[in-house]
Amino acid sequence: MQPYKALDYLDLDSEFSQDERMVRDTVRAWVSDRFLPVVTEHFEAGTFPHHLTPELAELGVFGPNLPEEYGCAGLNNVAYGLICQELERGDSGLRSYVSVQGSLVMYPIFAWGSDEQKKHWLPKLAAGKAIGSFGLTEPDFGSNPGGMASRARKDGDSWILNGRKMWITNGTIADVSVVWARAEDGIRGFLVEKGMPGFSAPEQKHKWSLRASVTSELVLEDVRVKEATHMLPKAKGLKCPLGCLTQARYGIAWGALGAALACFDEALSYSKSRIVFDKPLAAYQIPQKKLADMGTQITLGQLMALRMGRLKDEGRLQPHHVNMGKRNNVHIALEIARTCRDMLGANGISLEYQVGRHMTNLESVYTYEGTHDIHTLAIGEALTGIPAYRVG
Amino acid sequence: MKIVACIKRVPATETQAKIAANGKGLEPAGVEYMLSFYDEIAVEEAIRTKERVGSGEVIVLTLGPAEARKELVECLAKGADRAILLVDPAWSSRDSLSTAKLLAAKIGELAPDLVFTGRVATDTDSAAVGPMLATLLGRGCVTDVVKLTIEGGGKLKAERESEAGIEMYELALPALITCQKGLNEPRYAGLKGIMAAKKKPVEEVAVQDVPNQIAVETAQLPPARKEGRIVGTGAAAVPALLEALRKEAQVV
Repeated sequence: MQPYKALDYLDLDSEFSQDERMVRDTVRAWVSDRFLPVVTEHFEAGTFPHHLTPELAELGVFGPNLPEEYGCAGLNNVAYGLICQELERGDSGLRSYVSVQGSLVMYPIFAWGSDEQKKHWLPKLAAGKAIGSFGLTEPDFGSNPGGMASRARKDGDSWILNGRKMWITNGTIADVSVVWARAEDGIRGFLVEKGMPGFSAPEQKHKWSLRASVTSELVLEDVRVKEATHMLPKAKGLKCPLGCLTQARYGIAWGALGAALACFDEALSYSKSRIVFDKPLAAYQIPQKKLADMGTQITLGQLMALRMGRLKDEGRLQPHHVNMGKRNNVHIALEIARTCRDMLGANGISLEYQVGRHMTNLESVYTYEGTHDIHTLAIGEALTGIPAYRVG
Repeated sequence: MKIVACIKRVPATETQAKIAANGKGLEPAGVEYMLSFYDEIAVEEAIRTKERVGSGEVIVLTLGPAEARKELVECLAKGADRAILLVDPAWSSRDSLSTAKLLAAKIGELAPDLVFTGRVATDTDSAAVGPMLATLLGRGCVTDVVKLTIEGGGKLKAERESEAGIEMYELALPALITCQKGLNEPRYAGLKGIMAAKKKPVEEVAVQDVPNQIAVETAQLPPARKEGRIVGTGAAAVPALLEALRKEAQVV
């Protein structure tokens, strides 16, 4: 296999600081050396390479944009985006694993947890000594999480939780799950630990996408948790889980570019070396048009991700910006993966190449963290001021 | 223990070499640079030695352009304590001895217990600067080291890989070691390390020019490989193939 060469058509490299490039190059090298050699067997087996968790922690990719006092790296958001890009260049399952830990578990504990909760959980999660999951989506409530059926009932100094969550990344292996449930005063967030009576997290099998990632159901049957230690005191209302998702979706907007870049690089080098009717595939006009279109789309996506990152570092990034970034970049990544699969011909369906794996993964990424259509409507609402989600 | 690791920035492995217009070296446009492979091992050994001893300082030293700060910061991110950049506008045309003289002058001032270099830089492939430095500094030197042990009382044990096998040496500090593949597995610069590196000092020092004693007359790319020839097919072709390998290619 040729060494990976990331497309940088407009010399965006010079827009990044030396630290940002170093962060990116470190994660890129790690993915090439340590992750790519094992991903195919794990994808086929339907397992995540858990033996790499200590190395990911040593690299510092869990919650890297959280402060150093909790054992995190304190990086800016552009560097965080580049980390997501490089991880997803490996596999969307790897980026999901890291996104959930950082944006959906560490971030809510950091933003809405008590000091004790932060001191207890954040260093463990940063060091990979504890793994987290995020329970919002339910079997009947995906795009409309506000309709959730999970309930929290207060009982003395404790809360009793009941409900089911679906499509939860890392659920089965999580030491702690951030679970959202409706209480009398609105939606509240709880920390549910592995092994608590009434709590189970069976794995959802038979996926043909994100196979190198653990996906689970969370089942809560009269799970009793202490309010002082296991409820996020400052998390009140749907805006809190949605705020977590904005963090994660920001990372996905970068991550999807990584998958697109991997596919593009593979299809470009394949089309230059594959001889068809006595000349390389790349010497024909149809492949060139595909490459030109894909190169342009990736470059536009990179510009959008970079702009979002700079806005986020200035504290000016708004959820509707992230709607556009996630929607566009995942969409183009999926289209690019499909086109690259086509360009590799029959080889495109083999796991010896990356394109098919990325293509099937991106079908999940297209749907999770806000479906493509829901992001469309969010942008529509930002433009018109009229929410079109609901009937009537 | 005070330790100096000498490094060099070299063209990245994927560089497509082109000859510059003056015909004397590599065309610098579009070339990406990286830390030389064996120097990465030298930096790792310096950091591990400090960790094993439990105290001390690791200083990374290079002679190069101002841009070599990038490679130095990478070493700081891996765990070195500070860096010194001998800024040399003529770095790309400098010969081994003048490089060694400039580095030796600085190392002399620093007076470290141990100096590590890579066994060879992956661009010029001379393997000369390390031993020259040791000579100029009057230090004991073992090259191509694959195992190093710090003994008590300022003693070192070094294993060197040679064509004959493994050679075992004992030497006293201060010393210089050139590092061979296998000595260690270099670490990644972690993200926390990258952030920590921002607070570590990189000192830039202008160098006095030392004249080169050798200079490149002309640089040429290797000639393109000749097209292959099919001598036949199947088992029947084996004698012809052996004949061609013996007589024409002279490789068997």
